[in-house]
Amino acid sequence: MTPTHWRMTTLTRAGLVTGGLALALIVLGLVLPAFASRKLIQDLFYILTMLTLAQLWNLLAGYGGLVSVGQQAFVGIGAYALFGGVILAGMDPLLALLLGGLAALVLAVPMAFFAFRLHGAYFAIGTWVMAEVARLSIAQWKALGGGTGTSLPRDATSGMKVLDWIGALFGVRAAAARDILAYWLALMLAVAVIGGIYWLLRNRLGLGLIAVRDNIEAARSVGVDVRRMKWAVFLLASAATGVTGALIFLQTARISPDAAFALTDWTAYVIFIVVIGGIGTIEGPILGVLVFFALRSLLADYGSWYLLTLGVIAIVVMLFAPRGLWGLISDRTGVQLFPVRRWLHGPGVGEETSR
Amino acid sequence: MILELESVSKSYGALKVTDAVSLQVPRGQALGIIGPNGAGKSTLFNLITGNVLPDAGRIGFLGRDVTGLPAMARVRMGVGRSFQIPQPFEGLTVFENLLTAASFGGAGAPRDQMAQDCAEILRRTGMLPRANRLAGSLSLLDRKRLELARAMATAPELLLLDEIAGGLTEAECRSLVDTIREIHAGGTTIIWIEHVLHALNSVVERLAVLDFGRLIGVGAPEEIMASREVREIYLGIDI
Repeated sequence: MTPTHWRMTTLTRAGLVTGGLALALIVLGLVLPAFASRKLIQDLFYILTMLTLAQLWNLLAGYGGLVSVGQQAFVGIGAYALFGGVILAGMDPLLALLLGGLAALVLAVPMAFFAFRLHGAYFAIGTWVMAEVARLSIAQWKALGGGTGTSLPRDATSGMKVLDWIGALFGVRAAAARDILAYWLALMLAVAVIGGIYWLLRNRLGLGLIAVRDNIEAARSVGVDVRRMKWAVFLLASAATGVTGALIFLQTARISPDAAFALTDWTAYVIFIVVIGGIGTIEGPILGVLVFFALRSLLADYGSWYLLTLGVIAIVVMLFAPRGLWGLISDRTGVQLFPVRRWLHGPGVGEETSR
Repeated sequence: MILELESVSKSYGALKVTDAVSLQVPRGQALGIIGPNGAGKSTLFNLITGNVLPDAGRIGFLGRDVTGLPAMARVRMGVGRSFQIPQPFEGLTVFENLLTAASFGGAGAPRDQMAQDCAEILRRTGMLPRANRLAGSLSLLDRKRLELARAMATAPELLLLDEIAGGLTEAECRSLVDTIREIHAGGTTIIWIEHVLHALNSVVERLAVLDFGRLIGVGAPEEIMASREVREIYLGIDI
């Protein structure tokens, strides 16, 4: 046996910088409501929730190879579970967020059962169809307004102690305090999801996931439990998407099947964010959501031209930069903000390439 | 015996691709499998690895009946394989390809030891200089070497090689054969499907011939190569 002289490392200097930067950003994010306008807090809420959805879709498609077009099913069911819990069972809204995750998890089981029998484009269409089934079923739920939807009763959220505390802390009214609370929750959720995905990818599970994405047959032949891997990632992403959906509609306080199960809002935009940012990277969706939000702000007044422009940009990026904007940047600079590669060092090992 | 096949059969529709094949492989042996295209060689491999389940018959590995066991369970028991067409995990580096194999199919060594073991396999297969390269960017020879190295990373008792020398230049082939010989010398049992007969015969101690899914001969290489049946099958192919 040769003596121990090879080493494996995963951390890079850029990774350490990211860690410090992320910590600073999180702290800044937490104290931001003290000096930011209500409009900015609302915009950040939107950006953070879209970022979370994008990271989760990227986990499914970019790492797990599961190209789902049915994420709106989990946003919708999570949101409706929150409304059901608060309106029908008188639950605390914060607790009902978790109920949203649980509902999405429960829906994900039969969805996965059927969808995992399909592959590639058929899987995508299958998830879409099942999301439509979920939307049509929820529209039959008369207690929550059926097809027209319903609103959260005013006293459901205004009775929350934490809102009084936020109101007193920042000297704002109840409505603004509710926005701040939702924003804080969105921030925590985004940090938890990104941190969780990062942790997962640096673990053994991350290798298995990429192996399954790249080549199922070969993954099996080296001992990866392909089925378990797909189930794990699908259930995890579904539950977290459900919590995010519940949070989004807790903030708007108004729900309808068409809004909660909107393909465009919760899947098409999310795919756009991941694709232009860079699929299969954690950095990609972060960059993507900023580009998406900038475009949305610039083009919001142009109606359908807005969607046409998004489509054209997506096509151009897919053709000329298939690894997204982050792919372009990291190819040029070699920078990885969230390093997940395992580098080998030692005698005889060739010089490293950045990719 | 490390591997025992008893009347193993597999059909796709009306086509019988494996027809009552019985074969015993002693521990430590290197067995070559030859036969024309479509003889059912790769299917036989898939039956042994568990990628395909047989319609009839029994497969024993290390004294256990593994007939119904899925591929991943057999990998963990010690069945490693390479694919005829290299199937690397293209989004991972060469080293990470091995690390994946070691952490899912290997003996479950601690992380640092696993990295050591993978690096050692990379050294033996000549892939150490390309350890940190993305597998998707490799040449054909390196992809074949990676197939071999990744299979080795699962710490196999039985290593199945599917046409690993095909498509290589003479010099490339020689270096790969040297590596395989070295692995065999380390005590690993090898079953090797190959059309490049001189490469195969320089390593194996025993040859089996498949034709139309049937095993038509098993024996010492020189004996098999001299038989009329084999010569007829391989007519036109340079022996």
